[in-house]
Amino acid sequence: MKLHEYQAKELFARYGLPVPEGQTATTGEEGMAIADRLGYPVAIKAQVHAGGRGKAGGVRLARNRAEAGEALEAILDMTLRTAQTGERGLPVRRVLVEKGAEIRQEFYLSILPDRASGTMLIIGSGEGGMNIEEVAARTPERIARIHVHPLAGLQPFHVRRLAFELALNDAQERSFFDLMTGLYRAVTENDLLLAEINPLVFTADKTFLLLDAKAEVDSSSLFRHRDLAALRDDADRDPLELKAARYNLNYIRLDGNIGTMVNGAGLAMATMDMIKRAGAAPANFLDVGGGANAVMIEHGFRILLSDPRVRAILINIFGGILRCDVLARGVVEAARATAIDIPLVVRMEGTNVDEGRRILTDSGLELITATDLRDAAARIAAIAARL
Amino acid sequence: MSIFVTEQTRLLVQGITGREGRFHADQCRRYGTRVVAGVTPGKGGSKVDGTPVFNTVAEAVRRTGADASMILVPPPFAADAIMEAADAGIRLVVCITEGIPLHDMLRVRSFLQLSCCRLIGPNCPGIIAPGACKIGIMPGPIHRPGPIGVISRSGTLTYEVVHQLSGRGLGQSTCIGIGGDPVVGTSFIDCLQAFAGDPATRGLVLVGEIGGSAEEEAARWIRDHLDIPVVGFIAGLTAPPGRRMGHAGAIVDGAAGTAAAKISAMRDCGIHVCEDLGNFGEFCADIFSNLRDVRDKGEI
Repeated sequence: MKLHEYQAKELFARYGLPVPEGQTATTGEEGMAIADRLGYPVAIKAQVHAGGRGKAGGVRLARNRAEAGEALEAILDMTLRTAQTGERGLPVRRVLVEKGAEIRQEFYLSILPDRASGTMLIIGSGEGGMNIEEVAARTPERIARIHVHPLAGLQPFHVRRLAFELALNDAQERSFFDLMTGLYRAVTENDLLLAEINPLVFTADKTFLLLDAKAEVDSSSLFRHRDLAALRDDADRDPLELKAARYNLNYIRLDGNIGTMVNGAGLAMATMDMIKRAGAAPANFLDVGGGANAVMIEHGFRILLSDPRVRAILINIFGGILRCDVLARGVVEAARATAIDIPLVVRMEGTNVDEGRRILTDSGLELITATDLRDAAARIAAIAARL
Repeated sequence: MSIFVTEQTRLLVQGITGREGRFHADQCRRYGTRVVAGVTPGKGGSKVDGTPVFNTVAEAVRRTGADASMILVPPPFAADAIMEAADAGIRLVVCITEGIPLHDMLRVRSFLQLSCCRLIGPNCPGIIAPGACKIGIMPGPIHRPGPIGVISRSGTLTYEVVHQLSGRGLGQSTCIGIGGDPVVGTSFIDCLQAFAGDPATRGLVLVGEIGGSAEEEAARWIRDHLDIPVVGFIAGLTAPPGRRMGHAGAIVDGAAGTAAAKISAMRDCGIHVCEDLGNFGEFCADIFSNLRDVRDKGEI
């Protein structure tokens, strides 16, 4: 679960980390009042769940009242389109208005659990404010990577090493130690999958400041973080994805027109790939889970059908725990209840498959029962050719 | 032969009194696994389908000689359950639970490095040596004994692959689902090393998906250490970047972790990559043509 910048900064501030003075606004008037109170210059920053906001025009610096008014109007009115949001874009509903800082030096800093090594990984660089992947590709020697053993935690030598690699001076090093300690605690105590400060700046006032902050919370940990769970902002999420989440269905909307429903994430991805190979395009990823029941199948079905772009549906289930007869009953009930009027291909295999196939055949519904995966792909190819 | 488990393996089930725990303990027992104990704190002294239940793993080990554990407890308690098993001297833990916080798993993995316990999973279907031992939630009847080792990050996709293998007379020595989480206890390479020491395994199937770099590392290990044929499959060619595809570990991050990169790394290392899941069985029948057992084809 991604936090907004202002939420991440509030969280980090609780750990004593220095963040710019600021406040959020949802209207121009509110924004102006905040800017006037802070004094100029101010930074006005769109609060949406997408990286690359700056390039897309979602972040502006205002040197005076007039510029602030212009910036607030422009940003609060915009639909932000970045590489991450795609064409659809995200409407900006909230901005963060922050006191401007006089920047002397910029750094990059992040902490994240590293899947390959099973350690906490700290990444630091003197090339702040840049796209860190580009820095890594161009000048890998400018990036420090420090692994912290999860049982031992952050030690002074980790911070010293990082400080030397970033070529900090003595005055900087002292406050850097507190900063790193606070950030590391924030990450481990809040189950963060990522804390990224880009840039971390050193100002003319000789202090560090988290000019930008990103944080992603492990959704699996929310049972022990009620405070963080309350920060969830679903306004940016696809409404169908939200609905699916309420039924414990794993749904991601894509751009094609063949809806899919599959049990298990790996098989669901493989089924999407298969649709593509067949010359069609998947409309979604939908994993109903290994333990899906008839009710979940019906909810999944309704979600697929409420996407107007879906012109045909492929159900691919390998019954293990989920028996094929249970699945078949769910499909038949859902097809009747929704009066489905687009082609529906059902491929199932596994536990009680014969009984399942019999239920589908006896239903009198116009289902296309595929004998195996290859047959299912061929059926989808044939349907796609007619669309 | 098989790796990590045998027909002598003595299994205890943590969470045996739950709905899932009871069902799968029973399924394992029916498959022929020696299910010797269950553990649920506070339910010690009772029995589930004839299996004695204990309050702690330590007590269960002492009283029954259990040497493997299958964990089906809710995510908030799973990390604790894994460490309890390792602490009690269990040498193989199979954790089925999905949704364990990643920071918990970092601690668990570090803790296990101090013990002699192997963890398979979490968020996995488990391990099966067809005809000998099943520790997990996979449907038993799709498997048959034979010379192919299967390693996978997925659940139902593995069933699909195994089903097609069995249908072509390609039985399996051991099938392992290593799990779909970003941090798992047993890696592809751990499995490959074990398979390399198993003379009964004469061909391998590697089923991967987007996210991380485990498949690339496995491919290089295979190139450098193995001389038996290996077939690979990677799910997620059509997955959009930046989205978590069901499994916590299945995410394309920037340019890293794409299916295309994994497929090309596998090919570079001499692995036969099948791109068409519908055709997987036939593809394997071709690569493993000398390993097929075409008697009693109608068995499954």
